[in-house]
Amino acid sequence: MRQKFPVMTAIAVLGFVFLYAPILSLIVFSFNESRLVTVWSGFSLKWYGELFRDTQILEAAWLSLKIAGLSASLALVIGTLAAFALVRFGRFRGRMALGVMVSAPLVMPEVIVGLSLLLLFVSMEGLIGWPGGRGLLTITIAHATFGAAFVAVVIQSRLVTMEMDLEEAALDLGARPLRVFFDVTLPVIAPALVSGWLLAFTLSLDDLVIASFVSGPGASTLPMVIFSKVRLGVSPDVNALATLIIVIVSIAVTIAALHITRSNKHAAR
Amino acid sequence: MTELSTATIPAVPPWADPEAQPFLRLDGVSKSFGGFEAVRGVSLDIYRGELFCLLGGSGCGKSTLLRMLAGFERPSAGRVLIDGEDQAGRAPHARPTNMMFQSYALFPHMSVEKNIAYGLKRDGLPRAEIATRVADILSLVQMTPFAKRKPDQLSGGQRQRVALARALVKRPKLLLLDEPLGALDRKLREETQFELKKIQAEVGITFVVVTHDQEEAMTLSSRIGVMNAGEIVQVGTPHEIYEHPHSRFVANFIGSVNCIEGRVTGREGALLRLACPDLGAEVTVESGFEAGAGERVALALRPEKIAMGRAARPGFENTVTGRIEEVAYMGNLTIFQVGLDSGARLRVTQSNTTRTDAEVPRIGETVQLQWSGAAGFVLAA
Ligand SMILES: Nc1ncnc2c1ncn2[C@@H]1O[C@H](COP(=O)(O)OP(=O)(O)OP(=O)(O)O)[C@@H](O)[C@H]1O
Ligand SMILES: [Mg+2]
Repeated sequence: MRQKFPVMTAIAVLGFVFLYAPILSLIVFSFNESRLVTVWSGFSLKWYGELFRDTQILEAAWLSLKIAGLSASLALVIGTLAAFALVRFGRFRGRMALGVMVSAPLVMPEVIVGLSLLLLFVSMEGLIGWPGGRGLLTITIAHATFGAAFVAVVIQSRLVTMEMDLEEAALDLGARPLRVFFDVTLPVIAPALVSGWLLAFTLSLDDLVIASFVSGPGASTLPMVIFSKVRLGVSPDVNALATLIIVIVSIAVTIAALHITRSNKHAAR
Repeated sequence: MTELSTATIPAVPPWADPEAQPFLRLDGVSKSFGGFEAVRGVSLDIYRGELFCLLGGSGCGKSTLLRMLAGFERPSAGRVLIDGEDQAGRAPHARPTNMMFQSYALFPHMSVEKNIAYGLKRDGLPRAEIATRVADILSLVQMTPFAKRKPDQLSGGQRQRVALARALVKRPKLLLLDEPLGALDRKLREETQFELKKIQAEVGITFVVVTHDQEEAMTLSSRIGVMNAGEIVQVGTPHEIYEHPHSRFVANFIGSVNCIEGRVTGREGALLRLACPDLGAEVTVESGFEAGAGERVALALRPEKIAMGRAARPGFENTVTGRIEEVAYMGNLTIFQVGLDSGARLRVTQSNTTRTDAEVPRIGETVQLQWSGAAGFVLAA
C-alpha cells in the first residue's frame, strides 16, 4: 500500500505530525534541564520534583479531581433519569421541551452558561442564603448541569437501541418493575453508564470557562491554576504536569475504548 | 405426526363438542392506538392442549392480540378469560402465561442456564428444584452442552430453543409465541416446526402461535385463526381453512386459487349450475351455497384440483379447452398458466411423478382442463 499511494501516505504522516508534534515536544521538554523552554540542555527530572513541591498545583489538582468525581456522579443520576423519561415514558406533556432543554447545554456557549449560573448562585444566596459563598459546591453543581446533558445523550442512544422486549420478557417471567430495572435494564446499559460518567468526569476536569465564573476566592481548579501560571510565562513544571495528565488520560481512554468495543460486540449480536 | 396430534387432541375435538369449556376465551376484544383500531372485536375460544395459530399479513394486529393475552397491552374493550378467570387489570407477572418473543429477548448478560432459571428464581423456588427443572428443560430442547454459554455465543436456532425453554420451564397454563421461527432459515424452520409440535405434545401446554407464514400455520396448528385488518375472518382446522374458506380473502391467503366469476342458473340437489362467461361453458359444482337463480357468485378452484391432459378423459363433470402460456418448474411440481378462448387464464399445478418430462405439456400446446363437481367451491361475488 505504501508503494501504491505515496501521496496518501505523505498526507497521513503530515496530519499526524501536525496533531502530535506539539504534544511530543511538550513531553520532551518536560525532561529538559534548562529553564528555557526552547533550548535543550540535557535530561533531568527536576521539574517533576518541583511540581510535587508546588502545593498550589497539588491542591488545585485534588480540588479538580473531587469536583470531577462528584459532578460526574451527580450528572450520571440526573442524565440517566432524563434519558429514561425521554425514551421510555412515551408521549407526555412537555416531552419536547424537556428534550430540547436537556440538550441545550451541549450547544450553549460556555461563557453564557457560566455567567447565568453565576447570576443564579448570587441571587439565590441573596434570597435563601444558599449556597453560602462560591467554591467546590457551586463548581460541582455547574459541572453537573452540563455533564448531565452529555450523559443524557449517551444513555438515550443506548436506550433507543435496547429493545423493550428484554424488559417485557423479565416482566413476563414474573419480575416486578423495580426488579426488572436492576436485573435487566441496569446491566444492559452499564457500558453506557460507564462511558457517560467518564465523559462527564473529563469534561469537568477540562473546564476552565465555567469554573472561572462560578468559583470563589481560594477555590482554583487545575485548569485555572495552569492558565494563570502560563500567563506569567511558560515554566517547565507546567510541561511536567501536562505530561502526567496526558499519560493518565491516554490510559483512561484506552481502557474506555477497550470496554466500549467489547460491549459493542455484545450489543451487535 | 398423526399420532402426535391424537395425543393432544381427543377423538371428538373440543371445538366440535358443545359441552367443552374453552380454556382461553376472548370476548369482543378490541385495541385502539390513538384513533387507529389495531384489533377489532375479536371473539375466540381456544381449548386446552390446542396449538392455535393466529395467521395474518403484516400489521393485521396479531402481535397486538398476543400482547393483550400476555398483559403488555390493555384491551380498549372486551374481556380476556384464561381458565375461567378474567385477566382485566392483571400485570404480566401475575398472569398464568409466558411469552416467547419474536426477537427471543434473551438477557445478554446471563448464561443460557441463568436465562432459563430467571423465571423460576422470581417465583422463589428452592435452589435444588430450580437446578433440576433447568437441567430437564435443557435436555428437552437439546441444549445441555451449551448451558454455560452466553446468548451471543449461540446460533440463531440455538437461541430460539433457549427462548422456548425459558418460557416453557415455568410451566405456564398458556404459552404465547410471537413468530417463534421467524428468524430461522427455511430448512431449519421446517425441522423446528416438527420439533416444536413434538415438544408441545410432550408438555401438554396450550400454545397460541402468531405467524404470517401460511405453510407454518398449516404444519403446526390444531386450528388456525385467520386475521385481516384487526379482525378474525375465519377459524378452523388447517383442512377446513384450505378446503372450505368462507371468503375470497381466506381462499387467496392460504395457497392460491382461481376465482371465476359466474351467475347461478339453477340447482339440482347438491349440484349448483353456474354460467361462467370466462370458461365459455356452464359448470356444475357441489355446494350448499344459498343462492337464487341469476345471482352473481364466484367459482373457486385450487390449481391442483384441475386435471390437465392432451385429451379429455371420462369421469369429470366439467371440461374446458385452453392453451399453455407459461410453465414454471418447481421441482416437486410444475405450475402452468393456461389461457382460455375468452382470454381468461387458469393456474394449474401438476405433481411431477416421474423424472422424465416427455409427458409434460409444453408452451403453446392445446390442453383439456377437467375437474369434478366436488373440486371447486362457491364464494360470494
Ligand atoms: N404501540 C403502538 N402504537 C400505535 N400503533 C401501534 C402500536 N402497536 C402496534 N400498532 C399498530 O397496530 C397495527 C397492528 O400491529 P401488530 O404489531 O399487532 O401487527 P402484526 O400483525 O403483529 O404485524 P407483523 O406481522 O408485521 O408483526 C399496526 O398497524 C401497527 O402500526
Ligand atoms: Mg408482529
